[in-house]
Amino acid sequence: MFDTLQDRLSAAFRNLRGKTKLSDADIDATMREIRLALLEADVNLLVVKDFVAAVRLRCEGAELSQALNPAQQIVKYVNEELVSILGGDARTLRFAKNPPTVIMLAGLQGSGKTTLAGKLGRWLKGQGHSPLLVAADLQRPNAVNQLQIVGQRAGVHVFAPEPGNGVGDPVAVARASIAEAQRKLYDVVLIDTAGRLGVDAELMQQAADIRDAVNPDEILFVVDAMIGQDAVNTAKAFAEGVGFDGVVLTKLDGDARGGAALSIARVTGRPIMFASNGENLTDFDLFHPDRMASRILDMGDILTLIEQAEKTFDAEQSAKAAEKLFSGKGEFGLDDFLQQMQAVRRMGPLAKILGMMPGMAQAKDQIANIDEKEIDHLEAIIKSMTPAERANPKMLDGSRRSRIAKGSGTQVSDVNSLVNRFFEARKMMAQMGQGMAGMPGMPGRRPARNQAPAKPKKGKGVSGNPARRSGAAPALPAVPTSSPFGVPDEAELQRQLADFQLPPELQKMFNQQGQGPR
Amino acid sequence: MIAVDYFFWIGIVGGIVACIVAASIIVTVSNRRALRSGRTPDELEADVADAVLEGELQPLTATVTQVPATETVDVTALDVPEAPASRMQRLRRRLAASTNPLARGLLGILAADRLDEATWEAFEDTLVSSDLGIGPTTELVTALRKEMSIEGVADPGKARAVLRSELIRLVDPTLDRTLKITGADGGPGVVMVVGVNGTGKTTTIGKLARVLVADGNAVVLGAADTFRAAAADQLQTWGDRVGVPTVRGKEGGDPASVAFVAVEKGLDDQADVVIIDTAGRLHTKVGLMDELGKIKRVIEKLAPVTEVLLVIDATTGQNGLTQARVFSEVVDVTGIVLSKLDGSAKGGIVVQVQRELKVPVKLVGLGEGPDDLAPFDAEAFVDALLQD
Repeated sequence: MFDTLQDRLSAAFRNLRGKTKLSDADIDATMREIRLALLEADVNLLVVKDFVAAVRLRCEGAELSQALNPAQQIVKYVNEELVSILGGDARTLRFAKNPPTVIMLAGLQGSGKTTLAGKLGRWLKGQGHSPLLVAADLQRPNAVNQLQIVGQRAGVHVFAPEPGNGVGDPVAVARASIAEAQRKLYDVVLIDTAGRLGVDAELMQQAADIRDAVNPDEILFVVDAMIGQDAVNTAKAFAEGVGFDGVVLTKLDGDARGGAALSIARVTGRPIMFASNGENLTDFDLFHPDRMASRILDMGDILTLIEQAEKTFDAEQSAKAAEKLFSGKGEFGLDDFLQQMQAVRRMGPLAKILGMMPGMAQAKDQIANIDEKEIDHLEAIIKSMTPAERANPKMLDGSRRSRIAKGSGTQVSDVNSLVNRFFEARKMMAQMGQGMAGMPGMPGRRPARNQAPAKPKKGKGVSGNPARRSGAAPALPAVPTSSPFGVPDEAELQRQLADFQLPPELQKMFNQQGQGPR
Repeated sequence: MIAVDYFFWIGIVGGIVACIVAASIIVTVSNRRALRSGRTPDELEADVADAVLEGELQPLTATVTQVPATETVDVTALDVPEAPASRMQRLRRRLAASTNPLARGLLGILAADRLDEATWEAFEDTLVSSDLGIGPTTELVTALRKEMSIEGVADPGKARAVLRSELIRLVDPTLDRTLKITGADGGPGVVMVVGVNGTGKTTTIGKLARVLVADGNAVVLGAADTFRAAAADQLQTWGDRVGVPTVRGKEGGDPASVAFVAVEKGLDDQADVVIIDTAGRLHTKVGLMDELGKIKRVIEKLAPVTEVLLVIDATTGQNGLTQARVFSEVVDVTGIVLSKLDGSAKGGIVVQVQRELKVPVKLVGLGEGPDDLAPFDAEAFVDALLQD
């Protein structure tokens, strides 16, 4: 499940260290892996073939740099190609010289057009425009009501002269809306059309009729990020049927890898303009090609992780816990452990969060087998302890442990393994804390290896830390030279994080289980 | 403040490490348990799968002779849903008639004079483009190649027969695909419909209600989608068309309470089936998935949920598998509805879903028309795919 391209390639290149040039056989193996990785991300097959051919061209004859290992270098090529396709011709909305600007939304059923109309309306309003939403979806039961409610929530007016549910002519509604906008001085008209299939000639004709009636400045094709191989057929059908000027990717808050974005951008050559990533009207953003590229490649989406963490973590609390943890004096107790674990759990299922961490691939099978309920058991064990025991687990003797096991409905062996692992981890973290004392802002700093010793910004906590922890990661560029976290240099951060390996101690911890009975 | 920021991030890393540790503990403990009970993890999974498949069954298309007792609505004013038999025929025709590059591709390739590497690759590509996924594709191609080389097939008719049997094996006709719509002790069957946003849950329920009414069942709809604007209205519109009562709560209210009231009404009215619509939710939203679990638990205070249908859009790619996996964990999905199959997408992802989770596809949605819902029949499905 967490097979990243990086891991696949690393496996393919295990015997390749020190080579300066890739042989044809190496390249063949690499291309096969890239092909599989892209197909699993739902990139269309034909697009994959084109794409792989382009990457192959770059790999052949390319001198391998000494700074990066071959896997990293090829991933870099792939990433660059992806970004260039996804981000080619990026632009935002064009507004008409003479208002109203007419924007028409088209797409399959259930791709999120009506919701998007609300989001776009709200966004436009925030930009100082006065948008009018037009209910031209007269097909689906109560789509008109839905748009009215969405409009109300977004604080945008809705033009809905027809009740819908199969009654009324969407072309007439669209035509009337322009006159309405001119009369009431709205400067943007957003037309929400009914969902339709690419193969439905009749409805495609209707969409074309709406287009001809209002002559839109922008036609946006709304597509679900979860769509699979069919993305290309659908996009082509819409491009031929109505034509579109830009693409909006919706439901990006799911965990679909969104290879469709690449397929559509490649096949139609139209830019992806917006990304919609949530059910609230504010969950709407411009499209970031570099993030999408990382997502398609599944390069442990650490930026998403960071964003989620920002939302869920209590800054003060975790700062305190971290201080204790790294002080190395054994102050970090089980209650802190519990707090941290709960904070992380609020971000989503554990398996998924760990999956987002780059470098966790070696343990992916075990992670996939984790039952969330087992974590409840761990919590139960900790909660069955007295506050004193939690703060100082060293006082847990046999009788206390058996009491805890009874109280939490577990076995003494479960309590033992929790406590032992906790001690191990604490020791390890304390060591790491000392290793990190070189970081600026930490007490007792050593001469910094860091090139930017000026101000410790948030970003460094993340990007710098894993790199140091990894220790063995080959020839990393001096770590956090990238920009402060406020405007993170995402590409840079991603690249470093892609190289991140699990600290050796933690790897060992998992390997112990690897040898366990399966 | 700067120092706080710094520690804040370290704190997060600490939290993650905490989780890694927790994970490792769990892995050890569960390995040990499995060993203690002398069973391998595979066996455990198999047990779970068996458990899922047990239950009381009643075929969807079976003619129910019993006349609904409490039908007080004026039937003449309502739409009369199409009878199941003619519906099946029409839909089979439609499925076959829909532009079908898959079938043409597959048979065209197999009809070629010589089967060389390029041909097989083209064949594999065609399968991949139907979202079948890498695993099943490779498996099918390997099986087919083996079969063909053993038999030394050159004749297209024979090739077609082999292909048909392999495809049927892939969609597994042995799974039980009947809907469980009767509760224990004559209580109503409770059907819960779940899925991510925009897959067509409400529409599916509308169509399903018609099918059930056509079979002479008394149906109650529960609009537990209190989140999306006008979702309850949409369901009610469907309900009103066939004279089925819809229980709805206020917008933004607790969906579990709406579901509870709906089932309560079903019990009071002695309805045969209660269908609960839920709000679309992405499987990655933990809070929403918990809410879904709650809806099911609350319903089960009154009556057991006999069927949990997961609606998957035929256009969905490899993410469909993750969706199915997560929904299954939370509400124990018992059947899949493959919607929007009338488009150019073939919904190959369900093959993977079916194989991994052992949850059968029970219904397919074939359009926006009120009667465009059909039971899934593995052989008919494959035959329709392979029709010239």
